Amino acid sequence: MSITVYVPRDASALSLGAEAVADAISAEAKQRGADVHIVRNGSRGLYWLEPLVEVATPSGRFAYGPVQPEDVPALFEADFLHAGKHALMLGPSEDIAYLKSQQRLTFARTGIVDPRSLDDYRAHDGYRGLEAALRMSGADIVKVVTDAGLRGRGGAAFPAGIKWKTCLDANADQKYIVCNADEGDSGTYADRMIMEGDPFVLIEGMTIAGLAVGATHGYIYLRVEYPHSQRALEAAIAVAEANGYLGDDVLGSGKAFHLEVRMAAGAYICGEETSLLESLEGKRGQVRFKPPLPAIQGLFGKPTVINNVVTLASVPIVLDKGAEFYRDFGMGKSRGTLPIQLAGNLKRPGLVERAFGVTLRELIEDYGGGTASGRPVRAVQVGGPLGAYIPISQLDTPIDYEAFIAIGGMLGHGGIVVFDDSVDMAAQARYAMEFCAIESCGKCTPCRIGSVRGVEVIDRMVAGDTAERERNEVLLRDLCQTMLGGSLCALGGMAPFPVLSALDHFHEDFSGATEKTAT
Amino acid sequence: MKRAPNINLLPDIPEDVRAAVLDVTTRLKDLPGALLPVLHAVQKALGYVPEISVPLIARELNLSRADVHGVISFYHFFRSKAPGRRVIYVCRAESCQAMGAVKLEKHIKQRLGVDFHETTADGAYSLEPVYCLGNCACSPAIMVDDELKGRLTPERFDAWLAAENG
Repeated sequence: MSITVYVPRDASALSLGAEAVADAISAEAKQRGADVHIVRNGSRGLYWLEPLVEVATPSGRFAYGPVQPEDVPALFEADFLHAGKHALMLGPSEDIAYLKSQQRLTFARTGIVDPRSLDDYRAHDGYRGLEAALRMSGADIVKVVTDAGLRGRGGAAFPAGIKWKTCLDANADQKYIVCNADEGDSGTYADRMIMEGDPFVLIEGMTIAGLAVGATHGYIYLRVEYPHSQRALEAAIAVAEANGYLGDDVLGSGKAFHLEVRMAAGAYICGEETSLLESLEGKRGQVRFKPPLPAIQGLFGKPTVINNVVTLASVPIVLDKGAEFYRDFGMGKSRGTLPIQLAGNLKRPGLVERAFGVTLRELIEDYGGGTASGRPVRAVQVGGPLGAYIPISQLDTPIDYEAFIAIGGMLGHGGIVVFDDSVDMAAQARYAMEFCAIESCGKCTPCRIGSVRGVEVIDRMVAGDTAERERNEVLLRDLCQTMLGGSLCALGGMAPFPVLSALDHFHEDFSGATEKTAT
Repeated sequence: MKRAPNINLLPDIPEDVRAAVLDVTTRLKDLPGALLPVLHAVQKALGYVPEISVPLIARELNLSRADVHGVISFYHFFRSKAPGRRVIYVCRAESCQAMGAVKLEKHIKQRLGVDFHETTADGAYSLEPVYCLGNCACSPAIMVDDELKGRLTPERFDAWLAAENG
């Protein structure tokens, strides 16, 4: 009987050599006459252990990692096909502490199933949410999503149910579901993991959204930096179409839902929902005024639900298990779970899906294991390039939308980037302004020009003497206020967060070069 | 006063460019919001979107040249000049910064003898900055065409480059 071996096809695993590992296992098995069936799964998100190879045994899956091609002959010698002992052996996959303590709802299947197999998806509770939704009215589906307390996971944390209700109530001959897969924030990769590891859950979530609001066409706006996700999504969409899960008559319900992937072209601003819609319409990605809300006049002027990948991928489990089940996780107004992405300078970077309420410290110390460099943590940026830099004195902040707003930060898409004590925070503040200048769509003057001036002012602060620094700090803070209040969208409106937090918490880094050498 | 019809204003363009553009526009021009898919397909076929193709794309999609030019110049991914045989995208974003991306970027520029948005003299490599490849758990990262590389060090970059040219 053939033995199943799992080698991820996740882009990050591939970036560490997973393809060569799969080839080596296949070649070694052939040479030894072993009957091995290799499944290319997604990643479980234990990235310091990638490429993570798993083998299916009668007593469950056993993990080995990180595996390099040169380890493969020794693994066969150690009889890893029957969970034999080897230095890289990690034990039963499900018992790995990092995984065991998580609450994986949205990521329940990622890293476990074959992302191209509909049968595997269904065998792991896939499409149960859609089956439930097909028995309900659109208004009832919207009510379940609202009651579950699901908020947009892309960053703005707007209640998904309210967005859906607005779209449902709009009268139109055509409505759209748009998935924002333009995951541009540094430190985030949850969308990518879902799309590569469990693409059917996104397809299912979008189909349910279509049923809920009466939309018959969906677009996934995918960033061009994710070619692996494109292949995984297109393969899964083709399978879903061939099996009646997408098309003119979804599962014989008489309701249509069509889905296509559209590639972005490398503009960070197109992660902002109205720029994204402009881009889908074939235009420059310039931010639109709101109102009208996209839910009323969105893509091609039609009512449109636009949600992030993780939001839409969380819908199937909400429909399957019910609003209460999901709402019972979390704290305060942040309900359910958040897939948190640990990145930057950490020993154990990876994906941690936990109910809201877990603290930054637990994530960085218990899961992340401290810095990879072994030096002390100095600053943590949460929520991407527009998120505040958090000092270690605030590490006990819980993962909760409101708690982060209270400390002048934001949770965003749940990406956490850790820096050790070698970081120069003036350089990080300068980069935040530089990034804003490069990626500004140009519509609002404070963002377009203010960011350029911001770079110059920071340069003058760092180069100047005390008096010059003090003068320029006043200017910089004033500029930040102008950007905060005078920008239409989050790019110009939040780029000051990393700058101001660096000034407030790491002021010493802005001392001129002369003073630094003097002390 | 009589004006020449617009159609005569189309410049002469190389036959391969014309054929590639028309092949793409014939297939895709009726898509809603067709311009980005069309530009992606032209760039895939030719490696770039030549400036000389802009009037033809505009005519086929019933857009103004300004519309097409504006879109090409807005998006970082579209290029108007032919790239090197391989394009190296180096991530400059925060997670990679925390793991030594600044040093890696300097090293790669020095090693190839080019700055961002430039191509090596032998036409082998173009170098582009990128702001996040989604490989933040394996920083620092680069992508060569669509091949992602993680936990890259200057030494590993050199080893890869040597293997490429070996």
